[in-house]
Amino acid sequence: MSVSETSATPPAPRRWQGVPSVPGWAFWVVLLGVTWAASHYAMDIYKALDARWIIRFPAAWQPDFEGRISAGMKWLLEEAELFGILFRDVTRAIARLIEIPYDLAVDLLVTGVLQGQGQQAQQVLPPLSWIAVTYIFCALGHYAKGWRLAALMGACFLYLAVFGQWASAMLTLASVLIAVPLAAVGGLLLGILAFRVPMAERILRPVLDLMQTVPIFAYLVPILFMFGFGPVAALAATVIYAMPPMIRVTIVALRGVPEELGELGVMVGATSGQQMWKVLVPAARPTLMVGLNQVIMLTLNMVIIASMIGAGGLGYDVLTALRRLDIGGGVEAGLAIVVLAIALDRLSQAFSARTVTLRASQSRGGWAMRHRWLLSSLAVVLVTALIGLALPWVQTYPKAAVISTGQIWADAIGYINVNYFDTLDAIKTVLLTWVLLPVRQFFTGIPWPWGLAAITLIGARVGGWRLAALVFALTGLVVLTGLWTKAMMTVYLCGVSVVIASIIGIPIGILAARNEMSNRVVGVFIDTLQTLPSFVYLIPVVMLFRVGDFSAMIAIVAYALAPAVRYAAHGIRSVDPQIVEAGIVSGCTPWQMLRRIKLPIIAPELLLGLNQTVMLALSMLVITALVGTRDLGQEVYIALTKANVGQGIVAGLAVAFIAIIADRLLEAAARRMRNRAGGA
Amino acid sequence: MKFAPLMGAGLLALASVAPALAEVESTDPIKLTLHDWTGQLLTTKIMGSVLEKAGYNVEYVQADYIAQFAGLKTGDLHVAMEIWATTGQEAMDEAIATGNVVSYGSTGMQAIEEWWFPAYMKEDCPGLPDWQALNDCADQFSTAETAPFGRYLGGPVTWGGFDEERVEALGLDFEVVHAGTDAALFAELESAYQRKAPIVLWVYAPHWAVAKYEGEFVQFPAYTPECYTDPAWGSNPDAAYDCGKPTGPIYKVGWAGVSDKWPGAASAIEAFTIDNAAMGDMVGQVDLDGKDLDAVVADWVANNESTWQGWITQ
Repeated sequence: MSVSETSATPPAPRRWQGVPSVPGWAFWVVLLGVTWAASHYAMDIYKALDARWIIRFPAAWQPDFEGRISAGMKWLLEEAELFGILFRDVTRAIARLIEIPYDLAVDLLVTGVLQGQGQQAQQVLPPLSWIAVTYIFCALGHYAKGWRLAALMGACFLYLAVFGQWASAMLTLASVLIAVPLAAVGGLLLGILAFRVPMAERILRPVLDLMQTVPIFAYLVPILFMFGFGPVAALAATVIYAMPPMIRVTIVALRGVPEELGELGVMVGATSGQQMWKVLVPAARPTLMVGLNQVIMLTLNMVIIASMIGAGGLGYDVLTALRRLDIGGGVEAGLAIVVLAIALDRLSQAFSARTVTLRASQSRGGWAMRHRWLLSSLAVVLVTALIGLALPWVQTYPKAAVISTGQIWADAIGYINVNYFDTLDAIKTVLLTWVLLPVRQFFTGIPWPWGLAAITLIGARVGGWRLAALVFALTGLVVLTGLWTKAMMTVYLCGVSVVIASIIGIPIGILAARNEMSNRVVGVFIDTLQTLPSFVYLIPVVMLFRVGDFSAMIAIVAYALAPAVRYAAHGIRSVDPQIVEAGIVSGCTPWQMLRRIKLPIIAPELLLGLNQTVMLALSMLVITALVGTRDLGQEVYIALTKANVGQGIVAGLAVAFIAIIADRLLEAAARRMRNRAGGA
Repeated sequence: MKFAPLMGAGLLALASVAPALAEVESTDPIKLTLHDWTGQLLTTKIMGSVLEKAGYNVEYVQADYIAQFAGLKTGDLHVAMEIWATTGQEAMDEAIATGNVVSYGSTGMQAIEEWWFPAYMKEDCPGLPDWQALNDCADQFSTAETAPFGRYLGGPVTWGGFDEERVEALGLDFEVVHAGTDAALFAELESAYQRKAPIVLWVYAPHWAVAKYEGEFVQFPAYTPECYTDPAWGSNPDAAYDCGKPTGPIYKVGWAGVSDKWPGAASAIEAFTIDNAAMGDMVGQVDLDGKDLDAVVADWVANNESTWQGWITQ
């Protein structure tokens, strides 16, 4: 994930690597020592030199980024023209195009076909009944894999009906059914473009970085102007957020196809289109499916924010419930999102992995036999629709049969609160006093001139002068916007959270790699953490730990845990079995095996996991602003509530720059480590 | 999950009735925005029901309180029934300044915001609700992070409120901690209330919390405009803000095009008023007694026909 120039450079030239004569540990110790001193004595230095600019970047030196961006956006949204057509009209036309399939999906799943407007509207056709939808997904499950998947699908959709989430879940499903294909196909096509045309990749990389790291709140208002207020704007925001992993995975997957296969395609005379779609894409499919998994997870991750701009559905239920402190209601709606995510993910994975034998067995028998699932689904749709006219419970799951666990959750939190608050409070106080507050003081105290110098030195050390120049420029921009202190707050909160997430996540990942069973359990756990809206657990966390950095940290750790676990598990699994054999032969205990053999081998993998952990931690910033942090996330949130486009984008870009700096540094460090391990 | 089946059920219900309607200027649906607090849902649904009675088509759209202004400016959304002067003033002023959004005047409700404490605190701190008692009990309100000062949980930074200035001007031994959202604010209240633990925080009304939890607002010297502008005013001769917070009206706003497209509807929206007591009562019915929101709205519409007939026959 480095800038292409850096990756194009031959193995980092020695002479540029910082101060080559200094051994590794000395560089870091000295750097840390000087930084600590600068942070600790910043006030004294400022007093001694009478130079306030050392700790506060003077406002007079700041270019008016905010005002210019606001004005630029205003021009783009209100005046800009493309061939005489208003830019806004172009985006509105696109919005109407997306709206057609979306409306169709909503008609099918939620409202039925209506004629007329508002209160005169007549329902011409009912929506698919809950029985029909459940049956269709069971059928898909059986078709894709077998009875077990069919049972899982049935259980998932029954959950939605029995717990009273049906109507909202179908609305969410409708938007997911539109957003996921858009993001997946769009991502695939852009990925192929980047694979084919090096220039496109060079342009795409920084754009991808920004798409993934600029918080969505920062560009929410412009999106609303472009796509109108409602589900389509929410879909657009979702696609922007969910597409980048698909593009990245596509590039990696196509590169990973063995060269012989590509040559084979050329030898048998495939055209370049055939080469791509018949040879490369099918060969890369297993990796591509990882991308699809991420698209589905991120799409469902967005439903809360999408519901704020008119998408409705489960996200809206979560928000409303928590606004009333109805914790049970929030948990139920939140779990419904998780259930939907798991159902769709497992189904798409199964489709990609359909085996030849399965396909063969399905193509046996007569026409009716081969199409039995399609035919029976149609039959169920028709029959339930007809019976539904007479018996309403066939059409809509009866309200009387809805189960609610609402009170149980509220009571449980209440019990913990009354009985264990003091214990939790004591633990929190210890962590705050000994970890959080000292680290915060350290980071926020660093005067910007030294901070800029230090990060440049680190860049030079791990990645050479190009990287140093890049991090210098990005950090310099953050300084110029006057957001230095807030940026350091961000670094502190994310830094501490990432360290804690790694301490918890890596052992879980190692555990998950032990066998298939633990892998599956951990998989469900991780998927839940990634898709359960953080709002659901944020409110109980606030009840138990009060508003403040500590609550924010818990939310970030919970969300950012996933990649730490995944990469650790993946790393351990890919350790060469021969090396493990060798370890056993030479009499390693399991602990020695882990510490002396496996961990050093997977270190680069762990660094990449760390990289993704940082990305997710940063993307949680805006959410944690909701529990009262004072960092860049809060800045973005304040900009949104004041409808200040410029301020939001500037703060959003500052977050993105921090993410990009972290990404490049870790990437370079991983590469160095790999080179060294590779016998350099 | 009272609102879960809203969309589906609402549309189905609409589909089943198609009464003969009075002539209206346009049958295009008027889009009213719904936010995430009960009072606003009630206000909006009452307005919507009345407009439907007048023959207009109404569509409810879920929208974020602040983000909705983007939609109101472009005419994607039409009417927002509750913009609180206390929390939405800046966004509202900015939108009205563009000329694409207009104000439909006050809803008649007044937002009250002030420092608030649960009733059980009176036992430990007998001087309350007078503000001067706060300093005597500051140690009771303190936590590890704020000691030796008391901890006052303020609203989100964006709500303003001048609490830091108030603490300074009145010499209160308190530290202001900001909650990020109102959900977080009331989560802390719920937690403290369960444990009967000391807490003093920002509460506003109309809100269900005032009905659910027993407690009182702290009595500061009453607000006057001079208090905020003139340091000489009040107990502290050197600082402004040595008084309580002002109450603020709750406004209705809408897209400027509404009065061209649906003039009758625009004047009905302008005429809409309701008072704090009636609203507080309805919010309580929904949030505390667990009544169905649409049923509460229907009750109001049935019992107040003379009121709303006046709005639509202007």
